[in-house]
Formats: sequence, structure tokens, C-alpha cells
Amino acid sequence: MSVTAETTMEIAREEVSGSSRGYWHEVFRRLRRDPVAMACGTLILLLLAAVILAPWLALQDPVTGSMIQRLKPVGTPGHLLGTDELGRDMLSRLVYGGRLTLLLGLLPVLFAFAIGTALGVFAGYVGGIFNTVIMRVVDIFFAFPSILLAIAISGALGAGIVNSLVSLTIVFIPPITRVAESVTASVRSLEYVDAARISGAGPLTVVRVHVLGNVLSPIFVYATSLTSVSMILAAGLSFLGLGVRPPEPEWGLMLNTLRTAIYIDPLIAALPGVMIFLTSLCLNLLSDGLRSAMNVKD
Amino acid sequence: MLTYFIQRLVYVVPVSLGVSVFCFLLVHIAPGDPLTAVMPIDATAEQQAAMRAAYGFDKPLPVQFLVWLGNALTGDLGNSIATGRPVAGEVMRAVGNTLILAFAASLIGFSLGILFGFVAGYFKDTPVDRAVTALSITGVSVPNYWLGIVLVVIFSVTLGWLPSTGAGPGGSSAWKWDVEHLRFIILPAVTLSVVPMGIVARTVRALVGDILSQDFVTALAAKGMGRAGILRHVMRNVAPTTLSVVGLQLGYLLGGSILIETVFNWPGTGFLLSNAIFQRDLPLLQGTILVLALFFVFVNLLVDLVQPLVDPRIKRG
Repeated sequence: MSVTAETTMEIAREEVSGSSRGYWHEVFRRLRRDPVAMACGTLILLLLAAVILAPWLALQDPVTGSMIQRLKPVGTPGHLLGTDELGRDMLSRLVYGGRLTLLLGLLPVLFAFAIGTALGVFAGYVGGIFNTVIMRVVDIFFAFPSILLAIAISGALGAGIVNSLVSLTIVFIPPITRVAESVTASVRSLEYVDAARISGAGPLTVVRVHVLGNVLSPIFVYATSLTSVSMILAAGLSFLGLGVRPPEPEWGLMLNTLRTAIYIDPLIAALPGVMIFLTSLCLNLLSDGLRSAMNVKD
Repeated sequence: MLTYFIQRLVYVVPVSLGVSVFCFLLVHIAPGDPLTAVMPIDATAEQQAAMRAAYGFDKPLPVQFLVWLGNALTGDLGNSIATGRPVAGEVMRAVGNTLILAFAASLIGFSLGILFGFVAGYFKDTPVDRAVTALSITGVSVPNYWLGIVLVVIFSVTLGWLPSTGAGPGGSSAWKWDVEHLRFIILPAVTLSVVPMGIVARTVRALVGDILSQDFVTALAAKGMGRAGILRHVMRNVAPTTLSVVGLQLGYLLGGSILIETVFNWPGTGFLLSNAIFQRDLPLLQGTILVLALFFVFVNLLVDLVQPLVDPRIKRG
């Protein structure tokens, strides 16, 4: 995690030197020429569409099953991807399950992005005692491996979707704060920021125009690389019984409840994991593409 | 240099203290009274108050913290709610098994990661490089608890080569370095090694590529140094950053093995944690997290202390 943070900071430092109006245009032009990133982006968009439109896709009920239809293999007529240990349609459960898994992957990173950026920019811009206090608290959270931190908070708060959201958000605030603080501190001492300040720009204007303008894009790239981590962690929490509660479909939880089925139908038991794996692979490849698209400076 | 060592050593104190505060608060952010689990439902108000006083929960939080910290420093982490046994003993028994698993996984993950990363960085933009890059991104993306299940399906259920769960024959949890026990560690260790392998391979690949493109390498080649000599220089330059990444990953392995231990019923701290979660045994949760986090702090300290020996350029003192 810290390696990514460091590279992000390097990108940030390069970007500090010059940001043009056509910057995002340029980024998307580069991204369009990256076939891997484009393919992954398309797959994720398709998945998001399927997950959002799930109620209108004429799928079977993901929660109620029939006991005589248990663990039907993949390709059974009427159940394209088979059925699970309680006779529920796997296709439907995978699509509905993606809702919670993706939500728990994206939302904590989004929240942490907002909170961490605010904290980091504040600490980096104001400096002094505020910086010390905020950054030392961040240091303490860095003393925990991220999965352990998530399990500790979730374990104390108990199972549930909201508790998972809270614990994952707390996990991702420190790394984002650290990146934001470091970039802000380096922007703050630049001459054009001094010039803006001398010519009468208030702190809010300086932060909004100069600091955020430089800080947001590197943190954004960093945050995209965290979404796959967040999703794997969220599914992991559910797998441990700490996240989503049954019978609600969620990929990590499905993986757990299907564990007993590995002796009967390994393929069915593996399906939720395949979904987590493919989604996280796409998210990582897209993030990599975005990183290199935003990195290159002529 | 000495100042650097001392600074780094002193820095551990506030961080460990912060870690303790966090672990202490874990019990208090939990919804409901921490005693509900042990209190009989029909306990009267007086009995409840007496119970609270007996556990010290009637005192203000800072006082409670100091008492708890004092106990923790003398090796008393309280008693498990589920078993009534001292938490410290349970954690110490389990931590050994976690260390063994983390050690085996790091042996696999780091050696393969460094090797793959080196080869990919050296043969940059060749098919070898692309294969390694694909492998490492797969390693980073795969949910390892799922990979564990897949490996069990392949090697235990289908092929029947390796045992699927446990840490030794007959459900023994006392580790021995013999063939029978090693058979049990292969699957969990391989599963656990995939993420650090991916991350280390990625880092080393980038580092090697970076260093090979530097002027001093061109200069070395120009003055006639052979391939082996140049490689030696590259290794020297790759070592410091690799070491810090490896150290960080070692720490992650200690804390991150919980899911893998659950999948394989490995009798380590992760298994303890998942029991604590399942039974809402907060003292056990708290104690295990504290010990693991302090281990992580200690490993990071160790890496920082070794760093200047590997990288003579560090004169942070």
C-alpha cells in the first residue's frame, strides 16, 4: 500500500510543475489508446449496469429457493449458472450479490477520499500543531495491517452493512490523508502559490484553485487503486461473518456459505470468488491504465 | 547514524501507546455494555453495579485505560469471556503457529517475487516481462481466501495429494518440522504467499527497470564491465527499497493471515480472532489485535534499523 502511495506522490510532484486546461482531454485520449484499460472499463460499466438494473432483468428471486432444486450444476435449464446450497438461482444471486459487494468496494473509498483529502489538505496547508496532531494519529493507524484494522473495528462493532462501511472507511482514511498532506505541503511552498497569496487571494481561494487543482488528480488515481482492495476486504469481512448478514446475497458471504458444497459441486462453490477476482482484476488494470495515462508528461 | 537509531527507537513509544489506546477503545466502541455477554439476564441493578465495579467499568475511562495498560505491560490481557482462560496465554500459543505460517509464506512469496521482478525488470518489454506483470497483477487482485478454497478443491478434493485443513496429523496443533507437518503447511503457505509475491515482483520490476536506465549503468557498460558485474550493481541499488517493501509485507502476513487461517483451520491468531468474532469475545479480540499490531510495529522498527546497513546513503541522523 505504501509503495503505491509513494509512486502517487511522485506523480503528484511531477504534476505540480504544470497543469493545463486540456489535461483531462489529454488523459482520456491516452486512455482510449490503451486497449486493456478500455476493455476493463467496459466490463466494469457492464457489471455496474447489470447490478443497478438487476430488478428489471427478469431474474429469479435471489433470496427464496426450492429445497428440491439444491446445487443444480451450471447449465441446468432454468438455472443458467446452477443453484446454491438452498436451491436459489446462482445467476440471480451473483447479480444481486454484486450490488452489495460493489457498493462496499466503492463507498468506503469515496467517503475516505472526501474525508482523507480534507484532513490531508488541512494538515498540509495549515501546518503547525494541527499537522502534528493529525499526522501522528494517522501514524498510529499505519501500525495496523489494513485487514487487521478492518477486522478489529468490524469485530468490535458487530456484523452489518453499515458497520462494514464504517470500518472500511476508517481503514482508507489514513493512507489518503498521508498522500494528500504530502502533496499539499509540496504545493504550498511553490512560488506561484506565494504569488497568489501576495496578490490578495484568501486561504480558501488558494486551497480551492491551487491546492485542490493539483492534489485531486493524484489522490483520485490512488483512490481508484484502493477500490479493488476495498472490495476484497469487504467480501472478506462478509466471509468471516462480519459484513452482510444472510440471506442477503453478497459475494463474500456466498463464498462462505457455499464452502460446504466444494465436495459436491466445486464449480458452483467457486463462482462468487471468480466474480470477486475478475472485478478486482479489472479495477486494478483500469487503475493502472489511468495511472500511466495521467503520469506521462511531454 | 546513532541519532537515527535512537530517534527510531524512541518513536516506537508513542506509536505503541497509540496502538494500545486504540485497542483499549475497541471494547468501548462496541455497542452495548461490554459485560452483557457475561451478565445473567435477570441480574438486579445492584448485582449489575457490583459486577461493573468488580471489572473496574465504574471508573472513568482514563483510569480504566491506565489500569488496563498496567496489566497489559505485566502480561495480563484479561480473561476470555468464552473460555475463562487468560487471553495472554491463548494468544501466545496461537502466535507461534501464525509466525510459522507467515515465515513459510514469506519464504515462498519473497523469493519468487524478487526473482520474477528481477527477470521482468531486466528483460523489460519482452514476453517474459509481460508474463510476470500479468502474474503479479493477478496475485494482487485475487481474493486469497477464495484461492485457498480453489487450491483445496484441486489438491485435496480432486487429486487427494495434500490435507485440506489443520496444522498436523490427527488435528494436532503443536507444530513440528517434519514431513507429516510440512504437508499441512503447503497449501495455506502458498495461498498466503500470492499477494506479497505480486507486490514484491511489481516493486522489484519497477526498481530494476529504473536503475538499468540510469547513467551510471551506461558508464559501467562503457568502461567494459560484464553483465554479471552490472547485475551486482543493480542488486546493491535494488536492495534497500526491496527490504522495506518486504518488511512491510511480512507485517501484513502476520495480520493478514486471518482469512487464510479460517479457510484452512490453521490454529493461529487468525483462527483465534474468528472465534472471538463469532462468540463476541471482546477481551480475546482486543488482546489478539494488540499483540499482532505490536508485532507489526516491531517488524517495521527492525526493518528501519537494518535499512542503513543495506543502504549506506541513509544519513538521516
